[in-house]
Amino acid sequence: MTHQLKDGGQVLSVGMLARVEGEGGMHIEIKDREVVSVKLNIFEPPRFYEGFLRGRKYTEPPDITARICGICPVAYQSASTEAMETICGVTTTAEIQLMRRLLYCGEWIESHSLHIFMLHAPDFLGFESVLEMAKDHADVVNMALRLKKAGNDVMELVGGRAIHPVNVKVGGFYRMPTLTQLEALRPDLERGLEDALAAVQFVSTFEFPEMEQGYNYVSLRHPDWYPLERGAEIVATSGARFPVAEIGAHVQEFQVEHSNALHARFDGEPYVVGPLARYSLNFDQLGPRCQEAALRAGLGQTCRNPFKSIIVRTVELAYAFEEALRIVDLWADGHSPSVPVPPRAGQGVGASEAPRGTIWHRYTIDADGVIEDAQIVPPTSQNQASIEADLHLAAQQWVDLDDHTLTHRCEAAIRNYDPCISCATHFLDLRVKRS
Amino acid sequence: MTDAAIETATRPKLAVWKFASCDGCQLSLLNCEDELLSIAEAVHIAYFPEATRAVVEGPYELSLVEGSITTPEDVRRIHEIRAQSGTLVTIGACATAGGIQALRNWADVEEYRSIVYAHPEYLSTLDTSTPIASHVDVDYELRGCPVDKGQLVEVLAAFLGGRKPRIPTYSVCVECKLKGNVCVPIASGQPCLGPVTQAGCGALCPSYGRGCYGCFGPQDSANTDSLTRQLTELGMNSDDIVRVYRTFNAGAPEFSAASEAVAVASSTVPAGGES
Repeated sequence: MTHQLKDGGQVLSVGMLARVEGEGGMHIEIKDREVVSVKLNIFEPPRFYEGFLRGRKYTEPPDITARICGICPVAYQSASTEAMETICGVTTTAEIQLMRRLLYCGEWIESHSLHIFMLHAPDFLGFESVLEMAKDHADVVNMALRLKKAGNDVMELVGGRAIHPVNVKVGGFYRMPTLTQLEALRPDLERGLEDALAAVQFVSTFEFPEMEQGYNYVSLRHPDWYPLERGAEIVATSGARFPVAEIGAHVQEFQVEHSNALHARFDGEPYVVGPLARYSLNFDQLGPRCQEAALRAGLGQTCRNPFKSIIVRTVELAYAFEEALRIVDLWADGHSPSVPVPPRAGQGVGASEAPRGTIWHRYTIDADGVIEDAQIVPPTSQNQASIEADLHLAAQQWVDLDDHTLTHRCEAAIRNYDPCISCATHFLDLRVKRS
Repeated sequence: MTDAAIETATRPKLAVWKFASCDGCQLSLLNCEDELLSIAEAVHIAYFPEATRAVVEGPYELSLVEGSITTPEDVRRIHEIRAQSGTLVTIGACATAGGIQALRNWADVEEYRSIVYAHPEYLSTLDTSTPIASHVDVDYELRGCPVDKGQLVEVLAAFLGGRKPRIPTYSVCVECKLKGNVCVPIASGQPCLGPVTQAGCGALCPSYGRGCYGCFGPQDSANTDSLTRQLTELGMNSDDIVRVYRTFNAGAPEFSAASEAVAVASSTVPAGGES
């Protein structure tokens, strides 16, 4: 929609940003072909998780914080269990860690296939939604639904259900799946891996706007694996490298008037978490098939074009299938589902790689295990400043396009980040103002 | 009109709305991988921002509403939505009971704001999180945190068939018996809200060896007094019992009353006395 202002300027507005999780808008002001202001507005109402976690038991955050986000509950469950186990000085078993990683693979598969094919691909293929896309690309949509279902099946088996899994607890799981049950997943996982590898090539044929951004990428890193359910340290393209426990000293959260989600800076600068950061900082940890698929799709070992995040996300989708199969191969029955975690007073951090980027939790608990303080830093709030910077560059680069096309490009630039606004706090009213 | 346009015009229009929530219940619709394309043929998905940019004007024959009311703006918005909806169905614990964010109903919201936000003056929020039915008439409430996708499909099928949804209102205990589960509190001494919680999940938690934590809200004749006694016998203190009633359906009247009864009883017991 375009409004003419009395002073001869223009305001372009779109009710609400679609195909993102949660509610938000953007406000872009253009004067004499210069973009003067860009704001990503998040008006999703705050729910005060950090407030009401005070006074709850240390065993409750896996169930409670899962409810921050229906798309990535496992990310919250993993970060909170790790934080509590760290505080209480407990290390779980290798098998519990492996099963957590499998559950996390399920969430990556479900969330990535939702975003790649159902939320993001319609931008590149020129459709309003995946449902419309289904008419011309029935094969792709059917494959997407199959991939997504394979992820949900993993979550349902390991977690009990796909949204807000019930089987996760501080110390491990309530019950371990059996090898027979895991083996039953294998055919869909094998097919999923092949489909995902083929999809990497398919999405690489999309037309990508030229855009390079020099952001500081931040990701978890693990000596043995591409980071998912946890990492050993935090690494950044700036060269920063430190143990996860020290993240609070490097990340500062602050509030801006136009957003209900806190913004964040890393060592004083805006930064990016998510697939582009993970990939660029952990390419060496991908398996040979995923590396080869990525290179064949025209990616380098790092990727600086935010629009190509869809290719990177698809590489990660393939990786998640490969990992899930590896874990099924390794599994043997008979392992204890959990270890005891008696409470101990202290403070600790847990971090994991949510599909849309690094998430970390920091808790302080007392000797009885009652939570005294909680801090939860989800990926989208960390990415807000960079999303705004992308919007600025995109709007300036394409300032001469008509309002309809410009608006669409800007929306797509936001969707590059797979923003989860429910997570970030939790509203998008899209406006371009010209004068 | 073309055949396709006529066909679109005769299908009922579906809108999906969001208030304070996690998006999980509307995601349940997208998670119907086997049914999604058939659903999109049976109804005209007219407004569903999580899935599509296309926006078709109301009125809408069916509105699915996710989330609870927590801001002055949302109070206004839900009345607008009611006015343009034929049938309005709330989906999930936030929309039917206020969700986990209803914990603010027992707290000082000013303090919460200052814990989370450095500039609480930028926020516009109410002191309470309330279900949709506290503000407008609701035609059907679907329970769950999240809703069960099988039940969601049943609600859509019932709407299309012009009948009442076949959703049981008995307790999780019945589902456990049907599945042949071992009774969790009896066998392992873990607290279980199954006796007072509505079925619908398929007795998920007990099937995984943990007690039910009440995410489908109170069943139609919940005897919470009896459950509170049992939880006490299992060795739980009053703070822990208050916590188990105050999770995702804390604002449901039965659970809210049960938690307040426990809190009041414990605050009137003299120090050192029996609880």
